[in-house]
Amino acid sequence: MNENAESLFDTDSRHSWNIQRFLSYHCKQSSAVLIHSILISIIQRFTPEILRKGIHGDTMTENGCEYRERVLTMDTMNPNVKRVEYAVRGPIVQRAVQIERELKMGIKKPFTEVIRANIGDCHAMGQKPITFFRQVLALCSYPDLLEDGKFPEDAKSRARRILQACGGGSLGAYSTSQGIEMIRQDIARYIERRDGGITCDPDNIYLSTGASDAIVTMLKLLVSGEGMSRTGVMISIPQYPLYSATLAELGAVQISYYLDEDNCWSLDISELRRALQEAKKHCSPRALCIINPGNPTGQVQSRQCIEGVIRFAAAEKLFLMADEVYQDNVYADGCKFHSFKKVLFEMGLEYSEKVELASFHSTSKCYMGECGFRGGYMEVVNLDPEVKVQLTKLVSVRLCPPVPGQALLDVVVNPPQPDEPSYDTFIKERTDTLATLAEKANMTQEILNQVPGIKCNPVQGAMYTFPRIHLPPKAILEAKEKEQTPDMFYCMKLLEETGICLVPGSGFGQRDGTYHFRMTILPPKEKLKIVLAKIKEFHQHFMAQYS
Amino acid sequence: MTNRNMSALNESIKIARWILREKTLTLDTLNPQVKAVEYAVRGPIVIKAGEIERYLEEGGTKPFSEVIKANIGDAHAMGQKPITFLRQVVALCTFPELMDSPSFPEDAKRRARRILQGCGGHSLGSYSASPGVECIRKDIAAYIEQRDEGVPSDWENVYLTTGASDGIMTILRLLVSGKDSSRTGVMIPIPQYPLYSAAISEMDAVQVNYYLDEDNCWALDINELHRSYQAAKQHCQPRVICIINPGNPTGQVQSKKCIEEVLHFAYEENLFVMSDEVYQDNVYAPDCQFHSFKKVLYEMGPEYFNSVELVSFHSTSKGYTGECGFRGGYMEVINMDPEVKAQMVKLLSVRLCPPLAGQAAMDVIVNPPQPEEHTFKQFHQEKSSVLGALAEKAKLTEKILNAVPGIKCNPVQGAMYAFPRIFIPPKAVEEAKALGMQPDMLYCLRLLEETGICVVPGSGFGQKDGTYHFRMTILPSIEKLKVLLGKVRDFHIGFLKEYSGLE
Repeated sequence: MNENAESLFDTDSRHSWNIQRFLSYHCKQSSAVLIHSILISIIQRFTPEILRKGIHGDTMTENGCEYRERVLTMDTMNPNVKRVEYAVRGPIVQRAVQIERELKMGIKKPFTEVIRANIGDCHAMGQKPITFFRQVLALCSYPDLLEDGKFPEDAKSRARRILQACGGGSLGAYSTSQGIEMIRQDIARYIERRDGGITCDPDNIYLSTGASDAIVTMLKLLVSGEGMSRTGVMISIPQYPLYSATLAELGAVQISYYLDEDNCWSLDISELRRALQEAKKHCSPRALCIINPGNPTGQVQSRQCIEGVIRFAAAEKLFLMADEVYQDNVYADGCKFHSFKKVLFEMGLEYSEKVELASFHSTSKCYMGECGFRGGYMEVVNLDPEVKVQLTKLVSVRLCPPVPGQALLDVVVNPPQPDEPSYDTFIKERTDTLATLAEKANMTQEILNQVPGIKCNPVQGAMYTFPRIHLPPKAILEAKEKEQTPDMFYCMKLLEETGICLVPGSGFGQRDGTYHFRMTILPPKEKLKIVLAKIKEFHQHFMAQYS
Repeated sequence: MTNRNMSALNESIKIARWILREKTLTLDTLNPQVKAVEYAVRGPIVIKAGEIERYLEEGGTKPFSEVIKANIGDAHAMGQKPITFLRQVVALCTFPELMDSPSFPEDAKRRARRILQGCGGHSLGSYSASPGVECIRKDIAAYIEQRDEGVPSDWENVYLTTGASDGIMTILRLLVSGKDSSRTGVMIPIPQYPLYSAAISEMDAVQVNYYLDEDNCWALDINELHRSYQAAKQHCQPRVICIINPGNPTGQVQSKKCIEEVLHFAYEENLFVMSDEVYQDNVYAPDCQFHSFKKVLYEMGPEYFNSVELVSFHSTSKGYTGECGFRGGYMEVINMDPEVKAQMVKLLSVRLCPPLAGQAAMDVIVNPPQPEEHTFKQFHQEKSSVLGALAEKAKLTEKILNAVPGIKCNPVQGAMYAFPRIFIPPKAVEEAKALGMQPDMLYCLRLLEETGICVVPGSGFGQKDGTYHFRMTILPSIEKLKVLLGKVRDFHIGFLKEYSGLE
């Protein structure tokens, strides 16, 4: 009590806030009224007007005999939620929003606009939607357009087919919770084509609200046990922070395995083994998550590596989760996307009948970049039939994934064919988008590697570069004084000085003592050049300042 | 058995297990909270209905030619037409080339342009901020102010969601904490919409039931709240009260006085209030009116308005639009601790953002055509025709059901459902028990098998012990609804005869 009482009388500006918290925390019991009236009399005698107003805010009534504490406070809220971190939309992005507002208000900055290279949001960076997809969606949204002569026949036939599969012929009806059956069949055929004919059962397809939704659902199923038997989930470091955030929220144990930065961020089986052995001492490792192509690291896994992972999962009885949302985003010569499903089935019955696998895909990435529609699906393989029933039940509580997103996914897996009128335009748009991305991947890597103190692995796939940055000890010291991670300090400074918004490596995880940032390669070429030049200049200046 | 034999046996069991390779994820190892979840609206009866539908499609024969799904409030699936203006705006947003088309009205184009300006890269395909598109949040706040006759609404308290369900889950997730007797208790009405019980199971919170008064038109009785709260305090820490108004599945509309009592109760007992108001436009009884919790709280004075923590939910799925598939919705959060709010924004950000098409649909609902605008007349015609038909169907349902001996149905004052009480003869109850199912499940399964009508047993929503109900929507077209109700009547009479007859 003494210590707290002292803090009441410091002259900090957080004064009234302290008192409110103090009261709400300590005045739960019957002595509340007593403590409160004593405090009020002290405060009223010794504290300035402003402070008194603060006290008489929303936590107390006027007469000072009664007070209300909030039901939901930092002390009473779900502790797992507090542990959640999600850097991609973290403090740096919040600051970026503020700066944008300041610019709008006319406040002068050394730059005129904020460039958001923090998130894989293609359309926001100027990428144009695929015309055919949007035509079909517009037709589905407003079927009167089916009479409009301006829309091509192939778009109309797709739209008609989708609407026929919707309740009442409307995008506004709920679908079954697993997703529209016809769309699941289309997805299954698409997967079969992609995987060279390996069969895919539509009953194993679950549509989702973006891939994130499905990943969270699968993890939710997997988490159980207490203490030593609590589920552990292996995730790569660096990782996409959806994984760490979800594990924190579910109270599962995160098992980190490190990707090999010196070897193009490749996955090393002996590192998997090391991480697993260590984790077995304090939890029950049950799932292994892979992101391929990598986010934020941009590597594309070799077939051999995938085989190694599958063998490892089989031997250690781990449930495999393969995040393959960047499957069309492969740029580097000699790299190719191999789906986990295909490799699994080519490894023979011993594996293909046993290893439990869920793979995830989305409309948000690849050449579509349709993030806002929240379309996605997962395919489950070898899932226990009883568990599948449970999965279906769980997704049914949320009713269904957004139907426009489902419709979009249907067109993605069922695009115009060579004999259809929209084919040429579709192919041209798709090729242009992917070619531009490949060019930007190359350019980013080239320019960043020219900067002394920045080292960047090739961006083989996905949409990000995750360069390592050398930070001088003086900068690290200053960051520590500000209670920031050194790369957060770096990124904040970059944002304040150049308007470029990146995400510090610490949000994705990295080896101790190394520092990185993630930036997307999505801005238009001309803008990307400027961004990279600004980063170069900033970095050199930063080094000079702190060395 | 000797030790050596034992270890040999153990070894062979190990090998056998290895050969069989148990799955990693089985019913035994599954998250136990997931196992505990139940969701009747899409439960066994609906799965059975799906099977029958497929059987009919494949040419099988039944005593009926189609399955009528009256299990879920899915307006468009039941033939309700979308509001033209809403779909025009969404189509324009989706394919902005249509802005040049003369067949779209200027007011729709204006809305679409405004929404697109609020989207990154002017595309529905970009992520929005996690709380939603800023201009849509502002439109919603303005709408709430107008609805509540000037009660202030801060747009920064408005969060777009993926349907109302998503918002409800998010808030509950924040609230659940503690162990054993300090574990969060969540007060929910019985009967309830099973999203609540399912979410509570999933999060391992404690469900605290308060019973609505069936004899009094499903009204909420404040004494019952006290009883339930006091009883729950023995084993958990009740921290939230959930209200559904207008009621689902029970269709009652709360009086202003009743809302005041609930808010006073919440204030006294320090409870967080969650008010599910997705049916706010669905009020049919002439003597009933929708009162928002927010407005009533405001009118109770600053002592209440500045302290009671309240979240209210709305959605694109109900009302007169019935746009379920778009998964649009919002919540308004009042008096939430600023630090907790920051935590909530963080939590929302992990899921990136609610679907943009749903956000756009929400915008049209809160910002419909104005009297001076081109589409005003058509919009209102469509809106009142939908709401008029619903009111008529609400009346019709109540009337026909109440004419059946052994069925008693409260008036459907609002929402989209009737929740009639059905008399089930002891012999049928016994038979159900022998089959290991709830008596109303037996009843609904028989109804489905014999008539093709799919309704949800009352046990999925909760009901007083020894009473039986089902929930049916009033959404089928009037002609179909008449046929359906006639079939329910015939079935019920037959059912009574079969189980109370003297054969």
